[in-house]
Amino acid sequence: MRCAVIVFPGSNCDSDLYKAINEFDGVEVEYVWYTTKTLDGFELILLPGGFAYGDYLRAGALAARAPVLKALTQAVDQGVRVIGICNGFQVLTECGLLPGALQRNSGLHFICDTPPIEVVQVQSVFSSRYQLGELIRLPIAHGEGNYTCDELTLRHLQAENRIVFRYASGNNPNGSLDNIAGILNPRGNVLGMMPHPERAMADWMGTSDGRRLFESVLNLYPETADAA
Amino acid sequence: MKGIITVVLKQDILDPQGRAVMSSLQGLGFGEVQDVRIGKSIEIELDGLSVDEADSRLRRMCESILVNPVIEDYQIEIVED
Repeated sequence: MRCAVIVFPGSNCDSDLYKAINEFDGVEVEYVWYTTKTLDGFELILLPGGFAYGDYLRAGALAARAPVLKALTQAVDQGVRVIGICNGFQVLTECGLLPGALQRNSGLHFICDTPPIEVVQVQSVFSSRYQLGELIRLPIAHGEGNYTCDELTLRHLQAENRIVFRYASGNNPNGSLDNIAGILNPRGNVLGMMPHPERAMADWMGTSDGRRLFESVLNLYPETADAA
Repeated sequence: MKGIITVVLKQDILDPQGRAVMSSLQGLGFGEVQDVRIGKSIEIELDGLSVDEADSRLRRMCESILVNPVIEDYQIEIVED
């Protein structure tokens, strides 16, 4: 599988993401600059965390109008899988590929933590290797991760089973509506999430709970998954 | 001429900055403060447009990038030289 990590000026989790993906056998991963006009041939496109364009105007706002976004939108239309993590999630809401917006954390602080996160959807291509209701630990590091949307959008997200990750009950770090930590687009090929699975790849990192997200989306070791 | 765009969070969106500033103001003795909303002001110098044209171009700028309609409202003011 060929994967692209999009690099914006100000991205800073691009190499974490590259290394996380690159360690799997049979996966090719490339850095792709934000000025690229085509993403043909990539089967998975990743938008990394960081502070693209310095978060000027609003987090993700300028990156969401960068040249690569046209190619990204075309790829999404063709069913290519896309994951936006942290700043990447902000870019996806800013460009309209995902609904809602990420506003300032309710407590105003920038938060670095590893909170418990509940996997509430395991039928998506991004989460099939988790158990429903499983509590996992993934790092978060953001100042603007407070997900919000209008009531109708929230009802759609809930009814269409498009919420994949929630901060565990009683552990909402940022004021996010309905404890939302990660959501899907209607077609299910775009995932946006504030937690960082690429920083949770091995026990020495404190948690390896992010591995199964990449194993899910890269469809690795399918025999093992079927057996389980 | 100059376009001045004022962007504020929508009324039903919590403004944690505004809330923190309100609590500081009240702590300083300004007990009359009932609510604080913090926004931003964007000033754009324009050339060669009528007021109507400027209004319409500024509106398009707001819709294209300057404002996120999910969480923000805006007002446009045009100041002629």
